[in-house]
Amino acid sequence: MRNHARIGFVLLLTPLVLWLSLLIIIPHIDMLLISLRERISFGVYDTSLAQYEKALTEPLYLRTFWRTAIMSILATGITLLIAFPVAYYIAKMAKGRLQQVLFLLCLIPFYVSELVRTFGWMILLRETGLISNLLQWVGLADQPVEMLYNDSAMMVGLVYTSMLFMVVPLVTTLESLDDSVIEAGYDLGGNGLSVLREIIIPHAMPGIVSGSIVVFMLSLGNYLTPTMLGGKDSLWFTEMIYNQFIVRSNWELGATFGFMLLLLSSVIVWGMLRLTGRTLQETMG
Amino acid sequence: MIPTIPQSRSFRLIYGGYVLMFFLYLALPLTVVAVFAFNDSQFPSLPWEGFTWNWFFGAEAPQIGVFHERGILRAVGTSVFVAACVAVLSVSVGTTNAFLFNRYDFRGKTVLYVLMLLPLVIPGIVLGISILVFSSTLANGIWDVAQMDIQALRPGLLLVVLGQFSFITTIATLVISARLQKFDRTLEEAALNLGATRLTAVRTITIPFLMPAIIGAVVVAFLMSFENFNTTLMLVGSDAPLTIAMFDRLKEGSTPLLNAVSLLLMLGSSLLALAMILFQRR
Repeated sequence: MRNHARIGFVLLLTPLVLWLSLLIIIPHIDMLLISLRERISFGVYDTSLAQYEKALTEPLYLRTFWRTAIMSILATGITLLIAFPVAYYIAKMAKGRLQQVLFLLCLIPFYVSELVRTFGWMILLRETGLISNLLQWVGLADQPVEMLYNDSAMMVGLVYTSMLFMVVPLVTTLESLDDSVIEAGYDLGGNGLSVLREIIIPHAMPGIVSGSIVVFMLSLGNYLTPTMLGGKDSLWFTEMIYNQFIVRSNWELGATFGFMLLLLSSVIVWGMLRLTGRTLQETMG
Repeated sequence: MIPTIPQSRSFRLIYGGYVLMFFLYLALPLTVVAVFAFNDSQFPSLPWEGFTWNWFFGAEAPQIGVFHERGILRAVGTSVFVAACVAVLSVSVGTTNAFLFNRYDFRGKTVLYVLMLLPLVIPGIVLGISILVFSSTLANGIWDVAQMDIQALRPGLLLVVLGQFSFITTIATLVISARLQKFDRTLEEAALNLGATRLTAVRTITIPFLMPAIIGAVVVAFLMSFENFNTTLMLVGSDAPLTIAMFDRLKEGSTPLLNAVSLLLMLGSSLLALAMILFQRR
């Protein structure tokens, strides 16, 4: 029996170890090694920090890096602000059937490819698009308005794409908040604002953290939305990775960019977990 | 701010209005994509030139419909193939992972669990390039040693499957673990007492109990694979799955053909999602 358990354990452990080592750990180590080398001549490489030096001194690279970081944080904040009242409405105000229907409605866009969602915004926002025509019809504009290819269009797309990943964890945590706790807050003389600040938001914190982490990751790693909705000046860091790898075939610099993106996302995720005193297992698992 | 606490009428109206606006915002892009699939024009934009089914069934240029467009049909085939492989692989490994974490205590379990969650916090594009880099290192190494060129390790469907599998497995593991945790171990012990072997007990008691979660994980894995863009973009070879094929067309300029494909995608995935929900209700 003891031996049996041992065999079972090994059989169950093998796929996990193979998966994690061959597809996650070793590829990332390899990527790190590639980013640490410099091409001397054809087929001859030297170990150096040259790629990182290049990445950190070239203004375009650095600017794009920080822009991507700040815009992603902004997108996360906006998504949270828009989603919170809706999640609260679904969790606490709506009852029974309405609640289920609203929740399902939030899930629908997730079942549709990101490409389709982005395409929808292109149809809406472009010069010959619906909103431009609507503005002309109402009389607010006397010629076609181009609303595509700028930062705001990109922001609309980013927020839309990740909305679900904020709403769902928020609804889940808010649902677990007992109505009587809120009532008690009012009975003790609290008003709407203080109840929100002292009771509702602290209770929703786990949902806020896990939603924010996922939304931030999705924005940071997004390629489609910045490419399709953003303009010439809204370069995104993922686009630079793609360019180095596929267009320029400069894998060394591309791997460096990849590592910088990974580092940035790890630091922010770690910081958010640290700030709220939670662990990755609690938040994601 | 709950129904039992009286609120002013205007507050309730504004709040309800806000929620309504939110759902309009959610529905708007999808609705326009769907509606313009029926526009009798070369462009998915106003003016409305009249209703047509041509973008679905049209057989002649300039309005070749989805069902006569070879490129799109082939891309759908590729996507289905990739998604099926990813679903089977990731749910199998997800199931074994769930059993491992649920049934065994061993040194390093916490570390492994955190490692298992990591793919969720690695950007998809980084997962893609790391696998691309590693597979070409492997291919080059094999070439140097044995002068063999392993095509499978170059960008192509195998790498796309592996790339998607690398993070979808985490999701499958979480879905199946969640249900396994609710399982009453005494049921299995009863089977053992009645003379079943351990494997028979798992096969006849535990697996049927897990079935809703397994089916759910298969559907989610299939949909995620079908929709995946970032990881696939870095690993794709000459056979492009649907999202990549549509992206290439979208860059060149769009016709309502893309709307028709999108509408079919929406219908397909909502039907699948609905079937899953109904199955789990049962």
